Amino acid sequence: MLRIGSGAGFAADRIDPAVRLIEQGRLDWIGFECLAERTLAQAQTVRAADPAKGYNRFLEARMRACLPPALANGTRIISNMGAANPRAAAEAAARIGAGAGVAVAYVTGDDVMHLIGPDTLLQDIGMTVREFGRPLVSANAYLGVEQILPAIESDATVILTGRTADPSLFLGPLVHAFGWALDDWAHLGAGTLVGHLLECAGQVTGGYFADPGHKDVPGLADLGFPLCEVAADGTATVTKLPTDGGCVTAQTVKEQTLYEVHDPARYLTPDVTADFSRVRVREEGRDRVAIAGATGGPRPETLKVTVAFDGGMEAEAGISYAGPGAADRARLAADVLRQRLKDIAALRVDLIGISSLHGTLAAPSNLERSEDVRVRVAARTDDPDTADRVLWEVEALYTCGPAGGGGVRGQVRRTFVTHDAYVPRDAIRAETGVIRP
Amino acid sequence: MRKTLRDIAHARAGDKGDTSSIAVFAKRPEDWPVLREQVTAEAVARALAGLVRGDVTRYEVESLHALNFVMTSALEGGVNSSLNLDSHGKSWSYLVLAMPVEVPSA
Repeated sequence: MLRIGSGAGFAADRIDPAVRLIEQGRLDWIGFECLAERTLAQAQTVRAADPAKGYNRFLEARMRACLPPALANGTRIISNMGAANPRAAAEAAARIGAGAGVAVAYVTGDDVMHLIGPDTLLQDIGMTVREFGRPLVSANAYLGVEQILPAIESDATVILTGRTADPSLFLGPLVHAFGWALDDWAHLGAGTLVGHLLECAGQVTGGYFADPGHKDVPGLADLGFPLCEVAADGTATVTKLPTDGGCVTAQTVKEQTLYEVHDPARYLTPDVTADFSRVRVREEGRDRVAIAGATGGPRPETLKVTVAFDGGMEAEAGISYAGPGAADRARLAADVLRQRLKDIAALRVDLIGISSLHGTLAAPSNLERSEDVRVRVAARTDDPDTADRVLWEVEALYTCGPAGGGGVRGQVRRTFVTHDAYVPRDAIRAETGVIRP
Repeated sequence: MRKTLRDIAHARAGDKGDTSSIAVFAKRPEDWPVLREQVTAEAVARALAGLVRGDVTRYEVESLHALNFVMTSALEGGVNSSLNLDSHGKSWSYLVLAMPVEVPSA
């Protein structure tokens, strides 16, 4: 039996649930998944400006909070918080753990910029890099258990990687603990389900789930993170600390089982073609759900690469109208903005409170009587002056727009666009280093 | 009896690039046949008309009483180029859950 927890489901996830889980969960391992599709591109630009940075911005805070209880409880930490700079991340973690003699391992080799050229096919859009035509920012392959296993087999307490398939962070410790072969597809598929359920942390314990009156979740403000008790055959029980908020039910586990899965019989990772199409879940006690039935087939021969490009700037600004006639005044403000900004091709104007998130629907909702409406304008441009003008025009509505407009806020941010390429598995040169005190 | 899908099902939306996926689950075993028969790929395409510009594919997972819908060209370019406030399409599960369904009277 291996006890493995989840300490983060995205780059800026809460830290306190992870600390409680390490302190009270009797964990062998805890994994922190901190890299979304575009997070690595942002980290790469940080590294370009400062070669000692480019790892997760909360790495030091997480290590200061989590290392002491991890050492006290014999829990090892694995994470992709290395982001664009795993070695620098390991050095930072090693400095924090130096007094306690902590060794930190890191894995490099996911950065495959050297394998990407003008003729590389971006498979999701059927265009080459040259045809796509925007400046290249980063290209990182999804590493799997095969590449991170040497670090797991080392004596390091902490293991930091860059781009790694999310479930592989959790499957690696299972492969290590149970001695599963790297072509034992059935066990790798079962372990991939464990990793898949843990990788989004609070999303399996009641986060991204609560719907009052339909799906009630107790103690959402103190949401706990999950842990799995995993048997050597790959079956597992998903649970959480009894003192934490949230819940683990058949419904929360089912929702996370299919989260961001396409064909449930063919969930591709670097490790296995996992098959979740016959997964069974069973509530075996309060906040305890048993999972079984996941299996798998041979792994893909190519590895997926997320290729990031400069996406230009996104300018976003808003102004609000409330009280009688708010909807009409908001519509008038939207009309003014469309006229003043009509030269910008990538422009969108929403009426929040009337029609926004679902505003692109063929038949959008139209809540005529809303008396608290925010006009939101968003634009994409490569020209800094154009981006500034979007904010300027919204602010000008204070004196030049409809009556009673308030609460102008706006920001311009740099964006990235990512697409998918594939590289042969044997083109990857993963390396492991260990930093010792 | 006419109900909304939210009365008999729960759902979760996710995204990868410009592809959106929404999994829909029967709350009770007796509602599973209603889902299978009425929550078709065509019905979901209608619920998301205008938003989804690609194809809608439906997968069934009998053991979870679940339908998984995968929609291509569905996120206005994807999480990092969409100008939609909800660039991930996180809220789209509730467009599907708003769908009317005909449930046998008890």
